[in-house]
Amino acid sequence: MHDKRPKKANSPFFSLPRKFLQANLFCTLLTFFPAGNALGAEVDGDLSLQGRLFLHDGASSSQQDASASVATNLELYHEVTTDFSLTLAAFYRLDSSDNDRTHADLREANLLYLADNWQLRVGFGRVFWGATEFVHLVDIINQTDLVEALDGEEKLGQPMAHLVIAEDWGSVEGFVMPWFRERTFPGDKGRFRSPLAVDTDHPLYESSSEEQHLDLALRYNTSLANGDIGLYYFNGTARDPVLLFSFDPAGAPLLSPYYEQIGQSGLDLQLVAGEWLFKGEALYRIGQSHSFAATTFGFEYTFPGLGDSLMDLGLIGEYVYDDRDQEWLPTIYDNDLMAGLRLSLNDIADSTILLGVIQDLDTSAIIIGLEASRRLGDNIRLNLDASFFLNISSQDPAYSLAADDFLLLEMIWYF
Amino acid sequence: MKLLLTTLLFCMTAFHASSAFSETAEEKGLAIAIEAKLRDKGFIDYTADMEMILRNRQGNESRRSIRIKTLEVADDGDKSLSIFDTPKDVKGTAFLSFSHTVGDDDQWLYLPALKRVKRINSRNKSGSFMGSEFAYEDIASQEVEKYAYKHLRAEQYQGQDCFVGESYPVDKNNSGYTKRITWTDKEEYRVLKVEYYDRKQSLLKTLTTGGHQQYLGKYWRPAMMQMINHQTGKSTTLLWKNYQFRTGLTDNDFNSTSLKRAR
Repeated sequence: MHDKRPKKANSPFFSLPRKFLQANLFCTLLTFFPAGNALGAEVDGDLSLQGRLFLHDGASSSQQDASASVATNLELYHEVTTDFSLTLAAFYRLDSSDNDRTHADLREANLLYLADNWQLRVGFGRVFWGATEFVHLVDIINQTDLVEALDGEEKLGQPMAHLVIAEDWGSVEGFVMPWFRERTFPGDKGRFRSPLAVDTDHPLYESSSEEQHLDLALRYNTSLANGDIGLYYFNGTARDPVLLFSFDPAGAPLLSPYYEQIGQSGLDLQLVAGEWLFKGEALYRIGQSHSFAATTFGFEYTFPGLGDSLMDLGLIGEYVYDDRDQEWLPTIYDNDLMAGLRLSLNDIADSTILLGVIQDLDTSAIIIGLEASRRLGDNIRLNLDASFFLNISSQDPAYSLAADDFLLLEMIWYF
Repeated sequence: MKLLLTTLLFCMTAFHASSAFSETAEEKGLAIAIEAKLRDKGFIDYTADMEMILRNRQGNESRRSIRIKTLEVADDGDKSLSIFDTPKDVKGTAFLSFSHTVGDDDQWLYLPALKRVKRINSRNKSGSFMGSEFAYEDIASQEVEKYAYKHLRAEQYQGQDCFVGESYPVDKNNSGYTKRITWTDKEEYRVLKVEYYDRKQSLLKTLTTGGHQQYLGKYWRPAMMQMINHQTGKSTTLLWKNYQFRTGLTDNDFNSTSLKRAR
């Protein structure tokens, strides 16, 4: 593995320093958005301030205990004609401690053509597949923007052509993805990382076409009287890399992300039965060590109008099992039970509190997460998140998070 | 099936109209509900903009703007798509509902931040819509089959001759009400006022409507609906604008694909 120094990605973009490119791209976009407004397009955005406080020192001495950051989303939508529209959405974050968390991304930049029973979207876009609340197993089209959030719900824009044919019997979707996006990883000073930093500047690919491998996906989904079901097949570059032990030119150890070619079949399901919602996801993947299956499923039960109030209380129970080769492609969700409480106050401020507990059934590891959110006035939202990692042994893939208990306070202003 | 039932009930009503003395209060209440529904039949589709003004007991206001598209479905409840424009943190959130004359409605919520469509549990009809004083069952399409009826009396309300009647939810366990008392004007069969009684039989809310306008020479829609909650002192006003009928909407505008591109 030591001599496997990756060659530089074969792209003209990489001849420029990445940070310079991002800043430049964002400035270009910043001038574009007001211009778009003048042209009669719809422009929206938000500006957020975020503080993160980690309760313990990091495993590595370079990791910082507190960080502040400012981020913005800008979105432009222009309906050229009734059947032709343009969407642009850009994101930028400036982080006080982690250089790799300071980043920009083009979340969306696409043209949509709309016909009676089909539509075609071409450009950077975002697609979500899945049903469950805790683990998002089958969501695969977009790469995870891991520096943004640990839950994997923040995604990078994926260049693609996306065709949807919608008929009475359901919809068929085809995806052609000509360019791969690498996963983002926290940098040297950042938290939520392995003791060794991930060398994101030198990714390795199984395919000789590297990030230009043509990824394809086909999906069918339909709504039944009491549920929704989706089935898909994906063929292309794995979104989750294997992290290979390696050395930099100076001889310091690091981890190299290695992106393999996979084939993945997936299923997602949502069913309604009275007060119950049942949700499930399953996948079968070939191409990364031994072929494996994984599934997550569970329920959500809602108590409406708690104690004669307007408040709703939801109970969530889910389970995940993953049969992957843990040595090659570790996951913390191999055999885990999850429980959640969701309290919606249904007040003017739209206040919600979500409490979640994840228990590993093989080890005694426990992850506790809390998300509270409310609106302040008409245009501001306040979020408070906290996570605690308990009883995590040094053998656990989650061990790198063991010292990362944290509190996050965020204020988002929408304009 | 529903058409057959409606036709049958209509024939029965017509028959009973000729022998009005034998008509029971229940039959008359049902006949009024059927006539109101018949008068609204054939609108095909409409779109409208709605402003929702929430007021708490202290009089503080909060506003939401929502665009609504509705498609008439033969022999079943309507399909509707609601798209939220403000508050800005929920902008782009969209709510798709297929109401049914019998059984639970089908409902989906689209969350734009995650690009995710979630199936929603519609069993809870008494839940608040967007934190307002309107419950889901108040804003859902009013299907004749969802209630049992009883005519009470004729009465003047705001200078108009009205039928006053009670209706009782068929799905007793999941409705927030034991009964509603409705004032319907005799001339045009428009709902002018509704009183809602909670599970303890006490008056919970009063809805009043106003500013009715007729579209396509047939279909009446209110410009204002105000719901006052007598138990909390809170109120919600809905202001309706830009009604447009027969805009050419089809089933393709009311599926998960259109939900994901709603804006």
